[in-house]
Amino acid sequence: MNLRRDVFQAIADPTRRTILLLVASQSMTAGAIASNFETARPTVSKHLQILVECELLEQEQNGREIYYRLNPEKIKVIADFIEPFRLMWDDRFNKLEALMKGYKSTE
Amino acid sequence: MEPKTKINAEDGKQELVVIREFDLPVELLFKAYIEPDIVEQWMGTKVLKLENKKHGSWQFVTTDPKGNKHGFNGVIHEYSLNQKITRTFEMENTPFDVQLEFLAFEKLTENTSKLSMHIVYKSVALRDQMLQLPFAQGINMAHNRLEDIVKKMI
Repeated sequence: MNLRRDVFQAIADPTRRTILLLVASQSMTAGAIASNFETARPTVSKHLQILVECELLEQEQNGREIYYRLNPEKIKVIADFIEPFRLMWDDRFNKLEALMKGYKSTE
Repeated sequence: MEPKTKINAEDGKQELVVIREFDLPVELLFKAYIEPDIVEQWMGTKVLKLENKKHGSWQFVTTDPKGNKHGFNGVIHEYSLNQKITRTFEMENTPFDVQLEFLAFEKLTENTSKLSMHIVYKSVALRDQMLQLPFAQGINMAHNRLEDIVKKMI
């Protein structure tokens, strides 16, 4: 449970969400990621560190450079987390629809 | 089959939107929100009070599988027949702050309609907590089942 909560804390920050969106399309170095922000490079590094710690990002050594890429498994955890909430409403609305279809035919 | 209910919570704000299209005329969809006996059936709750008017209030009580009662209440701020309900929603005896709900009912065709439920929470943290609640309840239910099984074994 703790790990899952950490994932949500990680994505609660707008800079970290932007980082995730940036690396979603391609692996990037810390420098390339930082160039997208006004904030100081160490601040971006701190965000990267948090994203790596909660396993949303993976590091990949490529020559002298370290590239960051998304960990699809962990991203799936986030999607799965919202899924029960969605299913709860889907279930209620399915009942509503079935009920009112019956209502319509008896009217 | 594609899920009919969509949740838009990606922007990381203290709000989310639940969107659903129904194979129902908008009048019937709206009726399901204002007739107490119909609300009771699809929400699985008991309706103690439901005043469908501006400055009206509502009160539900739900009994969980263990027999515990959970109260919910709120006030209605805006009420426009077949179009709009703006209301507050509060879970009684919980640390969760009240939330604001904007329900928009839209006619698509003669026989189809769309509901958009825009929920605003006090904070981003609270929204995330509320999003996780059904997940946590799922875990609890699994634990309860596990407890029952273990109890039967000893």
